[in-house]
Amino acid sequence: MPVLIDVSPYRLSGVVYGALLNHRTALLELGEAATRAPYNAVPQAPVLYLKPRNTLAGDGDPVVVPAGTAELEVGACLGLVIGRPACRLKEDRALESLAGYLIVNDVSIPHQPYFRPSISAKARDGFCPLGRFVPRSAIADPDALEIRVLIDGQLRLSASTAQLVRPVGRLLADVTEFMTLSPGDVLAVGAAAPAPRVRASQRAAIEIPGLGRLETPFVAEPA
Amino acid sequence: MKRARVAYAGAIHAAEPEALGDGRPGVRLTDGRLLAEDAVVWLPPLEVGTVIALGLNYAERARELSFAAQEEPLVFLKGPGTLIGHRGQTRRPAGVKFMHYECELAVVIGRPARRIPRSEALAHVAGYCVANDYAIRDYLENWYRPNLRVKNRDGATALGPWLVDAADVADVGNLALRTYVNGTLTQQGNTRDMITGVARLIEYLSAFMTLGAGDVILTGTPEGVTNVAVGDEVVCEIDGLGALKNTIVGDELYGR
Repeated sequence: MPVLIDVSPYRLSGVVYGALLNHRTALLELGEAATRAPYNAVPQAPVLYLKPRNTLAGDGDPVVVPAGTAELEVGACLGLVIGRPACRLKEDRALESLAGYLIVNDVSIPHQPYFRPSISAKARDGFCPLGRFVPRSAIADPDALEIRVLIDGQLRLSASTAQLVRPVGRLLADVTEFMTLSPGDVLAVGAAAPAPRVRASQRAAIEIPGLGRLETPFVAEPA
Repeated sequence: MKRARVAYAGAIHAAEPEALGDGRPGVRLTDGRLLAEDAVVWLPPLEVGTVIALGLNYAERARELSFAAQEEPLVFLKGPGTLIGHRGQTRRPAGVKFMHYECELAVVIGRPARRIPRSEALAHVAGYCVANDYAIRDYLENWYRPNLRVKNRDGATALGPWLVDAADVADVGNLALRTYVNGTLTQQGNTRDMITGVARLIEYLSAFMTLGAGDVILTGTPEGVTNVAVGDEVVCEIDGLGALKNTIVGDELYGR
């Protein structure tokens, strides 16, 4: 998806990574289960996944609720847009590699356990709407951003990036220890939890002050 | 036809393998230059879109890891930074106990596929190549397993040496795979032993995600993976598709 932006790298690469369970509430929701089978231990390294190019969508694009699925999860995330090749970043200087930020709606079919990567729950067409790009200079502190999710105009979640298990700099350092992020790649830092659920014919809006608002209507799968 | 992508003398070229006059392996650039295979830098043979990989897709390998019958194919995704071409290098971090190659048939999608029945699936394939999908077992965790730290490391997924047109592969369901480490045969299998075959995989995936031209499906590896060490030369080979070479290197090259 060629999203044009007004600072280097001038457009997104189309590569979007996400971090599972990087919101404290998400891990707390699992409770003791996180240390029992099949997991046996809480995650040590970041738990990453990809939202492939078929999932990418824009503001206002409808997301199809698959037949036989009652509800979808709205994964409201701060998305980091990489500005220059990012390899083995140091936590305290990691932000310098960013071009900017955008809102990511990491849509999923609710699924557990998280033992196997659930591609059929996360990688469906249109399951990753992206918001408007804002340059890094517009955001003073990415670890102190309020995230709100509204469903049909009603506030359903109020959270903050201050609740991240790995704050932005630490996440970038731990991810780039083993994989280089390239200009235009997006890293979604972890869905705010508990992720609100939405049904067909409802409309979700994610708001982050300074990043604007990302609207996603949900529609039933045509028969 | 065999389609390679190489870097040579300041540019990236389409190329085709061709023996030199003395019989040594070479490569012919589209502009006519014929070069020794070690005179060029081999890139992944196409600009890759989404990389979809299969785990436990060979019966013996699944037994090797004592897994029960699967309800759904075990699928994970990989990013572009992990891809490298033929004759590339892959880093083995110091101190890890078990890093292994995985010789796999790579399927390259040629035209968009959405909700394609298996009977029509192979018409959406552009061609095939060999993949070596390295893993480092030390980093396995039970969250979205196999996790990206195991399977999506920089330069740890070799693809090549070239793309072979689908029309030139008589039966993708009957191709022998072999891996040699320093010339010794360590892994053998045949694509007929896949649990979920190529056409069924395209049917399964395209039911929920639109596959695009340039998307690549790595179809899993048979039994016989072994630990590799710094300095090892690993060659993954598939009948009719070529031999994909890779060398294991250590941290010191990276200043680690």
